Amino acid sequence: MTHATVLLRPKTRLTPAQWIRRNLFNSWGNAILTILSVWLTFVLARGIIVWVFTTAEWLVIRTNLRLILLGQYPIAEVWRIWLSAAMLSFLIGSTVGVWGWEKTRPVTRRIWVALASLPLVFVFTQTDSTNRLWLAALSILAVAGWFLGRPATRPLRRIVAIGWFIWPAIFILLLRGLTPEEGWLPLVGTNLWGGLLLTFLLTVVGIVFSFPLGVLLALGRRSELQLVRWFSIGYIELIRGVPLITILFMAQLMLPLFLPTGLTIDRVLRAMVGITLFSAAYLAENVRGGLQAIPRGQFEAAHAMGLNGIQTMGLIVLPQALRLVIPILVGQFIALYKDTALVSIVGLLDIVGIGKTVLAQPEFLGLQREVLAFISLLYWVVSYAMSYVSQRLEIAVGVGER
Amino acid sequence: MNRKTTTLFALMVVIALVLGACGSPTPADSGDTAPIVETVVVTVEVPAAAPAPLPVPPAGYGVTLATVLERGVLICGVNSQVPGFGYIGADGSFSGFDVDYCRALAAAIFGDSTKVEFRAVTAAERFTALQSGEIDVLSRNTTWSTVRDTELGGNFVHTTFYDGQGMMVPTSLGATTLADLEGGTICVQTGTTTELNLADVMAAEGISYTPAVFEDADSTFAAYAEGRCDAVTTDKSGLISRRTVLANPAEHVIMDVTMSKEPLGPMVRHGDDQWFDIAQWTVFALISAEEFGITSANVADAKAAPASPEVSRLLGNEGDLGLKLGLSNDWAYNIIAQVGNYAEVYNRNLGPDTPTYIPRGLNSLYTDGGLLYAPPFR
Repeated sequence: MTHATVLLRPKTRLTPAQWIRRNLFNSWGNAILTILSVWLTFVLARGIIVWVFTTAEWLVIRTNLRLILLGQYPIAEVWRIWLSAAMLSFLIGSTVGVWGWEKTRPVTRRIWVALASLPLVFVFTQTDSTNRLWLAALSILAVAGWFLGRPATRPLRRIVAIGWFIWPAIFILLLRGLTPEEGWLPLVGTNLWGGLLLTFLLTVVGIVFSFPLGVLLALGRRSELQLVRWFSIGYIELIRGVPLITILFMAQLMLPLFLPTGLTIDRVLRAMVGITLFSAAYLAENVRGGLQAIPRGQFEAAHAMGLNGIQTMGLIVLPQALRLVIPILVGQFIALYKDTALVSIVGLLDIVGIGKTVLAQPEFLGLQREVLAFISLLYWVVSYAMSYVSQRLEIAVGVGER
Repeated sequence: MNRKTTTLFALMVVIALVLGACGSPTPADSGDTAPIVETVVVTVEVPAAAPAPLPVPPAGYGVTLATVLERGVLICGVNSQVPGFGYIGADGSFSGFDVDYCRALAAAIFGDSTKVEFRAVTAAERFTALQSGEIDVLSRNTTWSTVRDTELGGNFVHTTFYDGQGMMVPTSLGATTLADLEGGTICVQTGTTTELNLADVMAAEGISYTPAVFEDADSTFAAYAEGRCDAVTTDKSGLISRRTVLANPAEHVIMDVTMSKEPLGPMVRHGDDQWFDIAQWTVFALISAEEFGITSANVADAKAAPASPEVSRLLGNEGDLGLKLGLSNDWAYNIIAQVGNYAEVYNRNLGPDTPTYIPRGLNSLYTDGGLLYAPPFR
């Protein structure tokens, strides 16, 4: 926070009655508006609340929860996902510990504590004892990671940073397996990956790979080398000129016909590549916006310091430009997360795809509302979490303060 | 199609070159075996289309079975969103009428109905997936039609389910024929053959109507349930399963009209007749087993004491019908023991005890007034 020299208004605590009078009934017009809005909210919400708590048959979600979250991933191998989640939990805990627990605000601390204890809440909803143990382990590992990371020394930070780079590789390895036949870590084909797991994978892969690609394209578009510039412009405009669903259709339907006989590329991989290529073009334009906002003086000052082109970009311009576009990028990533739902149209069983298959189960026919409401909730929770993290990130890097 | 021709052409060129290198410039069909006196190096211009009757099996013959056996698992393209025909249960496994056919095929090939991997393919990508070899067989409520049997590079194996487009109306409307719907509104899913059929049939009968079109089946039937249209049309199998989830199923009736023929069945790639035979005789084994009264429960007894010579051949006690298909002799026995006969498969997925009950109708044995008729096993 900056050193505030401004005199703040003295804080006065209002009684609830005072607050209501000041904010809701401070004039005749506002009083009528308030009453109208309350009535309208009541009318609209009543139906929803009654439906959620009485009419809705949530058994369809309870029965199919594993399917919605993990797709057809074999039950015997689910421990691998638990193990990956446990490692992630430990990693998040240690990250919170390492990056200045002392400096975080009390509100933020409370949120972290709530997040760490969340798995414990779900322990009571589970009937399976193995699942309960894993859930408890998630909480315990998060706290353990936080405790171990608290000294916040330089080597510790480095270890945690390395951990974030290694974790995705371990996760993919565990998820996919090693040996084609039975044995240690049998292979689990991508046709069995589904549900929220697949949606997450598509999103994360899309974000992680489209980011560097997009930055390169943005730089390429501003490059002084004609060939690089024209290639970047061509790529960006071509991809931005077609809808994502077209690219996915190309990847799923046309590509197999062009490939030589016998050579097939995994369907999930094809979708990942399509999403990455699509997202990179948009990301490039967003990053270019950030680059253009950097004043000329910054380049000139860097040159005056004796920095070469790469150093100027890497040390002076890009860090500032990227910080500027964080809100836009997060907005794009949230959109990407929701866009992955399109893969259900080309036959992959992401959350939406698996939701449709749940609706086809003879014992749960006609429960569209329940399934779609639950899927929407899943989308909202994750999107909101991403948005929240981005706001924290903006504060941490000081967007809008410099 | 193209690939096949290219391979054939390449094969011909190779054979012609070999013949040419032997010093005999005459075409192979002359039957001339001139003794070679001295070896002369001759450069021969091979005519592009040498019309030689080749004693080799056509290109692609046996390739699919060999691939499947080597892989150790059959890959079957199915639907994952049609109740009763192909869907994923809460435990993550596929079930349904079309899915059980894949299990039967796996039982015939491996003697193990679990050695099958299911790929959920959409309507748009199903034919591409088959052509590109991503799936070995397509069993996904696909209607047999001329274009699909020719241009799309596949062969329909046999009809496993005879469907047809029907019309559902509320009982209160009192409509019994299409003419009673004159001037009414009909809910229909857009972009389907259903929409085209409806237009064709109504035009042919001179009935005017207002179509209310929707993007997907769910919204079509939701609109009908809300009373936004007088009738709703789709395949009868779809109507029946949809009716069960309406608020009051008894208040809706499926009219006794069939507006189209929709023979549904599995499909294989062009160019591998052995694979086609295996896929086709798997269907026949299911139908014949019902005809002979052999079920998964009594198949062991039937094999121990066959009621007739044909049963004996079917179950592999006599003859070598299985070997002729490139399979083991107990292929049909494995199908019946592990998956059941046609009636068992039908009743498991579409029978009276299921929520997706569809009366057998045309899908009965020919002896019961249906269309199921399998050629003899001999």
